[in-house]
Amino acid sequence: MLNPEDLGKLARALDMTREDEIGCDECFEQLDRFVETELADLDAAVAMPLVQDHLEKCGDCREEYEALLRALRAEQGSTSVSLIWARLRRLFGAD
Amino acid sequence: MKQRSNEEWLVALRGPERDKAIRDLRAVIVRGLKVNFAGRVRGLDETAEDFAQDALIKVLNNLDSFRGESRFTTWVQRIAVRVAYTELRRKRWRDVSIQEVLERHEKSGRESDALRDRTSSPERETARKMMVETLQSFIAEELTERQREAMVAVMFEGMPLEEAARRMDTNRNALYKLLHDARKKLKKRIEAEGLSPGEVLEAIGEE
Repeated sequence: MLNPEDLGKLARALDMTREDEIGCDECFEQLDRFVETELADLDAAVAMPLVQDHLEKCGDCREEYEALLRALRAEQGSTSVSLIWARLRRLFGAD
Repeated sequence: MKQRSNEEWLVALRGPERDKAIRDLRAVIVRGLKVNFAGRVRGLDETAEDFAQDALIKVLNNLDSFRGESRFTTWVQRIAVRVAYTELRRKRWRDVSIQEVLERHEKSGRESDALRDRTSSPERETARKMMVETLQSFIAEELTERQREAMVAVMFEGMPLEEAARRMDTNRNALYKLLHDARKKLKKRIEAEGLSPGEVLEAIGEE
């Protein structure tokens, strides 16, 4: 039995359905490059459209992608902060 | 912690510097997990350490499959995130069987029928009802029992693909493919009947 909400979900999912979708394994394989492309401020969705497409359709993969992005952004942030501190310390002769 | 290039990581993890490199890598993983789960997971410190341990084992067992297409730490974090989410999903859905999910869905369908929005116009109601019946018959005719079950559990009831897959004795990738096949079959059928998914959305009042 389809309730109205299901019907909407199903119709939207069918609207987005294409022949050449990739699965979770292929997405996972390419996820590190996808995320790094994004961190480099390049358009990952254009560079890797099938990964983007999979992330739009697969809740599991999307959740992991977002977590990976958050983890790497934090790492990137702390790296650049520590680099700045290192530079400042050198500048002021603390090292 | 010193910054290492990919090559330096691999050499360190395979050589006499191994213990130090593993410690550093563990710290990277724990930081990444804490960013994600702070405030959301009880006993965060311990949980993050546990996940990091599992992830490290996976990483060390699979070092040879690292192809250097990304930074090594990105590759490692990707594995750690997968390990952590797999475990969290398993915990969250531990007590839910697929049968329960299917029954809950069956029930919600009946209830929403009884509580139908009476403010929409009779024409719209008729169009919607016809659409439901049409799609339901396509689903019955085109999909296998397994495809129907997966569709209800994952698409309608929001069960993670991985959890549904475990209960259906398959894996996440295969279940995605099974659902992809199901969507393709339904889409083809709709189009064969001279409709499009967009028109279905229109008929039910969504665009």
